[in-house]
Amino acid sequence: MEIGLNHYLILSTILFAIGLVGIMRRKNLLLLFFATEILLNAVNIGFAAISHYYGDLTGEMFAFFIIAIAASELAVGLGLLIVWYKRHGSIDLDTMTSMRG
Amino acid sequence: MFEAVAFYLFAFLTIVMFYITVTTSQALFALTALAAGMIFISAFFFILGADFLGAVQIIVYTGAVMALYAFGMMFFDTTRKVKEKNGNKYIVVGLATLSAVMVVAIFMAPIVSTNIQVFYPEIEGVGNTQMVGIVLFTKYLIPFEVAAVMLLVAMVAGIVLAGKKMDLSLTKMNAEQIKEIEEKDKKVLS
Amino acid sequence: MEKYLYIALFAPLVSSMFSALFTNGAKKQFVGVVASLLIFSAFVSSSILLSNILNGGEVLHVEMMTWMKSGNLYIPFGFVVDQISVTMMMVVTLVSTIVHIYSIGYMDHDKGFNRFFAWLSAFVFSMMILVMSDNFAGLFIGWEGVGLCSWGLIGFWFHKNIATWAANEAFIMNRIADLGMLIGIFLVYWNTGSLQYHLAFPAMAHLDTSTLTMIGIFLFIGAMGKSAQFPLHTWLADAMEGPTPVSALIHAATMVTAGVYLVIRSNELYSLIPNVGLFIASLGAFVALFAASMALVNRDMKRVIAYSTLSQLGYMFAAAGLGAYWVALFHLMAHAFFKALLFLGAGNVMHAMHDELDPFKMGGLKKVMKGTWIMMTIASLALAGIFPFAGFFSKDTILEVAFSEHHMIIYGVLVFTAGLTAFYSFRLVALIFHGEERYKIFGIHPHEAYKFMLIAMSPLLILAMIAGIFQEPFFNMVEEILGAMEYHIHSHVTVWIMLVGTQLFVGLAILFAYKKYYSWGSVPDGSSAMENSFIYKLLYNQYYIPFAYKEYVMKPYNDISAIMWEIDKKVVDASVDGIANAFYLTGEKTRDMQSGNLSTMLKWMVTGLVGLLSLAAVFGIATRYSDEITTILSGLGV
Repeated sequence: MEIGLNHYLILSTILFAIGLVGIMRRKNLLLLFFATEILLNAVNIGFAAISHYYGDLTGEMFAFFIIAIAASELAVGLGLLIVWYKRHGSIDLDTMTSMRG
Repeated sequence: MFEAVAFYLFAFLTIVMFYITVTTSQALFALTALAAGMIFISAFFFILGADFLGAVQIIVYTGAVMALYAFGMMFFDTTRKVKEKNGNKYIVVGLATLSAVMVVAIFMAPIVSTNIQVFYPEIEGVGNTQMVGIVLFTKYLIPFEVAAVMLLVAMVAGIVLAGKKMDLSLTKMNAEQIKEIEEKDKKVLS
Repeated sequence: MEKYLYIALFAPLVSSMFSALFTNGAKKQFVGVVASLLIFSAFVSSSILLSNILNGGEVLHVEMMTWMKSGNLYIPFGFVVDQISVTMMMVVTLVSTIVHIYSIGYMDHDKGFNRFFAWLSAFVFSMMILVMSDNFAGLFIGWEGVGLCSWGLIGFWFHKNIATWAANEAFIMNRIADLGMLIGIFLVYWNTGSLQYHLAFPAMAHLDTSTLTMIGIFLFIGAMGKSAQFPLHTWLADAMEGPTPVSALIHAATMVTAGVYLVIRSNELYSLIPNVGLFIASLGAFVALFAASMALVNRDMKRVIAYSTLSQLGYMFAAAGLGAYWVALFHLMAHAFFKALLFLGAGNVMHAMHDELDPFKMGGLKKVMKGTWIMMTIASLALAGIFPFAGFFSKDTILEVAFSEHHMIIYGVLVFTAGLTAFYSFRLVALIFHGEERYKIFGIHPHEAYKFMLIAMSPLLILAMIAGIFQEPFFNMVEEILGAMEYHIHSHVTVWIMLVGTQLFVGLAILFAYKKYYSWGSVPDGSSAMENSFIYKLLYNQYYIPFAYKEYVMKPYNDISAIMWEIDKKVVDASVDGIANAFYLTGEKTRDMQSGNLSTMLKWMVTGLVGLLSLAAVFGIATRYSDEITTILSGLGV
């Protein structure tokens, strides 16, 4: 049984869906960050797979940059999270409704 | 055969781990499951022959990112359960699946129709790491540098945001003021 | 010479703008004086131009600047001073100078003194543009300008409802006619390729008759509106709501004669289409009789004079329609003098009687207002056409024209109308100045007008008396341009019979009027047999024409407007409001989306993402399979 590009893409899709579900369902801001990481990794798998099956390194390059972006996003995001927690003592999303229209 | 077994095994493991991440109510469980999931994902990279990417995945995610999260969680009261009140579960899952499928479908459409060109073909006899080095330092040199600057900026931002008394400048203060601050800190510590 | 042309043209504009500066302030005597002086300077310049023409000078034709130039269309601000326009200029500037001076006294106690002079001078400027322009476009500008100023001056006392109503009526009636005029001008340009008189008229000789007839009719519709010919005549009588100097200048001497001027100016056109000319003459004769009959019974002094103006305009059109353009122009000039005099005299009487207009409530004013009495009597004699006053020469020539052209019906109508004219003029004079002093019942103490007003009127008085002697020089002057011919009836006996007969008829009418009204004793109260007769009622109600307009034009129009208003509300407004409401409700309903909750917002974000992705997918597929889709659609017949 040969593993082809489609297998990887289906896997990527499943992981992406899980990430989205996480984003929409979790109310803990920290877990929201986790879900974002899942999304990025799902995409990374897709890039790597395409890169491999087409013998082109561009996909991998993008995967690198995505990792870099994930890392920087994490650093800034976590910093903000800490500031928020210091101010309000909670990272529950339902308490963050100051933007109510 | 080996490849197939490895793929299905790791696929199963990854999905389970991520599923736990998004469903568990314990933040610690979620963190652990996520870290495990990251490592399993690196397995795919190794299977796909992207050795360097796999190594980076382990180092950056499992090493740096997870460690950061772990430290970050120390600030929060993670044992306290966040009360989650959710709407219709099916809508959420449905939306997520739909959008995921569509993203993949759209990005795959040009590939399936085979009007894609190979820009940087792998050269025979050159290892993956070496190849990555060649491409990264020729074609993607500027994005690479930009990414490096971005990481630096993020690091500075992270320190400023999370650190204490970052709004004060020691270089602009005279000796007395510094002393005053130090004494205050001592009081807090003792 | 050009210098004088520009002075004559622009002095009134300067005067208007100068007066306009003070419109907000209190009454200032010097505004009137300065305006009068400027208009007088225009009069002097016109006189110099006239003497130049009389001494055989060149016709002055200047182009001040280009106005419109696009493709084949070329319209300059061009002005021409030839025999016709110089006559008109003389009439306009002379009468307006006198009216300006007169107004200083007449408007003495009016709050809008300065505003009055601004409008009045603006009118003179527009009129000068009208008569001096060398093309139809410039004529049209002046035409609209005098219409505007007429509107502003009829509605000068805008706090009176009836005045604003009359102003709007005049304006709207003129707009109807102006549409015809515009179509005429378009046709001229369409067929001749130019709007300038000296290019357009020669080109008309090569056009076929039906086109020329169309042009002639449409231009004449414009003239009908401005000169208040039937059926667009009702506005002129109502326009008497304006101040009396305005009635004298605009609604007697100058503006209403613009229609006649247009026909005279287009003489080359109308000579080519005698059928239209005959129609104009017939209409003129009809209006002469029609208006005179209404004047017989009216109890409003100014309206009587207005109807007589209408009637005299009918005479002018009759002459012009029969091809005697120079006679029409001459009558225009003579009429301007004595009619303005009559109106200004009526203004004096009105002043004396505290704006009372019913002549039956006056009587015996001769003792108090000697000067006015003499002036109005002489003006009435001139209007009636008694030898040797101005009206005799001009009117009698019109009658001769009708006779020698063998249009006996027109001739008959005009002679009969001359009798009516004499009757109603002296009915007015007899009622106002003779008989018992009925005004005493109403407790009014009349007084004569300021002396300088009477002095200002005196040039008109002299001209009304002696204008007849200008007939020969005038004929010699315009002969060249109007292709004038002398109308001589071959048999001397016929001429004498006609002359003496007409004079006798007119004289009898005057005597009859005096006899009937000289010793009128009481104010009629609608009980006498005559007042209840059918004919009296018909004439008094102006043949029920205003009533008919109200009933059969305005009422249906109002009904249609009401329906349209409903449609507007239910369809147009409703759809506009519906769109606005749709947005408003959407905003109101989707407000809940902005809960400020990040989790909810993320859900919406994903929903939006799915929407966008679906669109991208659909369009991607559509592009991919565009050929197939086209085939399917064409198969479906789209």
